Amino acid sequence: MDQTRRAFLEKAGIYIFLTGAASVAWEYVEARTPQLAPNYKDTDHWWGMIIDVEKCIGCGSCVRACKAENNVPTDEDGRFRTWVERYRVDPLNADHPDVASPNGGYDGFTALDQAGDGVKVFFVPKLCNHCADAPCVQVCPVGATFESPDGVVLVDKDRCLGCRYCVQACPYGSRYIDSRTHTADKCTLCYHRITKGLTTACCEVCPTGTRQLVDLKNPNDPVHEFMRTHKIHVLKPQMATGAKVYYNGLDGAVR
Amino acid sequence: MPGVEGYIYPNEVELQWSILIVLYPYLTGLVAGAFILASLERVFNVKALKPTYRLALLTALAFLIVAPLPLQMHLGHPERSYEMYLTPHTESAMAMFGFVYLWYLMVVLVLEIWFDYRKELVLTWRASTGWTKRLYGALSLWSGDISPAALQLDDKLGRIITVIGIPSAFLLHGYVGFIFGSIKANPWWSTPLMPVVFLFSAIVSGVAAVMLVYMALATIRKIPIDMKCVDTVAKYLLYAFLVDFSLELLDLIHRLYEADESFRALDFMVKTRLFTSQIIVQILLGTFVPILLLALVQFKRFSDPVRRLIYSVSGVLTLIGIFAMRWNVVIGGQLFSKSFLGYTTYKLEFATREGALSAIIFMIAPLVILAVLIRIFPPWPAQEDASGR
Repeated sequence: MDQTRRAFLEKAGIYIFLTGAASVAWEYVEARTPQLAPNYKDTDHWWGMIIDVEKCIGCGSCVRACKAENNVPTDEDGRFRTWVERYRVDPLNADHPDVASPNGGYDGFTALDQAGDGVKVFFVPKLCNHCADAPCVQVCPVGATFESPDGVVLVDKDRCLGCRYCVQACPYGSRYIDSRTHTADKCTLCYHRITKGLTTACCEVCPTGTRQLVDLKNPNDPVHEFMRTHKIHVLKPQMATGAKVYYNGLDGAVR
Repeated sequence: MPGVEGYIYPNEVELQWSILIVLYPYLTGLVAGAFILASLERVFNVKALKPTYRLALLTALAFLIVAPLPLQMHLGHPERSYEMYLTPHTESAMAMFGFVYLWYLMVVLVLEIWFDYRKELVLTWRASTGWTKRLYGALSLWSGDISPAALQLDDKLGRIITVIGIPSAFLLHGYVGFIFGSIKANPWWSTPLMPVVFLFSAIVSGVAAVMLVYMALATIRKIPIDMKCVDTVAKYLLYAFLVDFSLELLDLIHRLYEADESFRALDFMVKTRLFTSQIIVQILLGTFVPILLLALVQFKRFSDPVRRLIYSVSGVLTLIGIFAMRWNVVIGGQLFSKSFLGYTTYKLEFATREGALSAIIFMIAPLVILAVLIRIFPPWPAQEDASGR
């Protein structure tokens, strides 16, 4: 085999840097077929996320990590794979919450002056719900948006027409058009990471453990215990999308 | 953020569907409406409509040719749109558009026009020379049999195609309504009435368009307007309008009475951002006024020039009103946040890819195509044309 010194060092570096199972998967990740990696079987997993609302401090680390990890534009409005909302709810007027998400929470939230005025304040991190019955998948005219066998809703940028029907169909506002590729874009649940045994960028950096990547098919995943012992809710359950981002302690005022 | 009121999801800052997507249901609506008017003459033997029959078919064809162009222009990757034919996602309402469109264009409209014009195409082919001869030879597919038996067969086939064409026209436009009506994430769109409302508003707009084109052409050609024909067209326009308006009223009453979670947000939107385009233009000017004018003609006798004026005014108002209706559906459905907590604004640009200029070009293009089609396929009887009346 024609092996240059540079290629050898690159390969050796990768093997040293990514040890064990991850290194085996690397070439499949590079070939954009991570599901074919011998140590990752997509049908063995069913990915979702748990978000513990009461733990979120609104620091925005997840938003920044997501943008950096996934090369999401920071110089344009309206491009967020994940974002954080701050709710201010007057319990007597819960139908009209005061919600804000300046720059998607990217810069973190600063303290509110009005603390102690009888209004409850909390943060709600949001992202694609990786719905089992995803409306965006249903409407895509060419099947460019699809659900992987391990339960992640993905977009094939080489097939997407840029018709924007999926953006309209998503009840959660999780999609946008990437103005560089003119195709739909959204959270991939860091598919390039989770298929290598890593967690998502947003979960990785969350300082309070608000966000937890969960594998619902893994019987040893603590998610099962967590879901059994907590009051779990999904966003907009009336949409019947089979959302797989489960919220603990979600207030009824959240839309 | 400028133009934003209340809270919208961060990704909702960009409005996804522009004025070009307003044009799509507008143009296909004109197609379906014009075709249904033609079918009244052919299938239901409404003889008074004879002068508009061919004109209605050609109008439908001209608008159908342009209808997919604004969609194409809007796509992020227009060069991939053929994928909808090769690898359609069968669960997607939009994926079926290509097939419904092709079916309607090729099987229904083109075939019906061809059978109807075959005799004249062959006669022109025989009588002409040079390029004209080649053109008409090609248009008649070099099949010169115009024996009585062949013409009888043409007529029979034409009738069968029209009968197939009526449900196809319903499908074409009802389907456009379904694209919007089936989006459960958007309460402004999500209603099973949407395809039916779209269909009847399509009939209204198509009939009004053919009526106006007929009167304009007669004026240009300096031939008398067949008032019996226009009266009949106007009567059908009124009927279609009444059904259309009842359906829209039903939708409105249902929303008001049910007042679900989205109601407050939508109600606020209609009273503020959509007030001009919905209440003033669509409902008052585009619906009430034409219905009243058209109804007045039914009850009171007016002279021919007054009736022509009434028909022209109500026709133009109808076309503006239906355009406003498409606008209110497509743009209105994107002005409120899916959180129901805020509103955004649509900024119509001028000389951009999806700006007003493109829209104006796409609106004028069908009329240019229609002018060309009328040259190649004169919709009036040969002797009338030759005498230059």
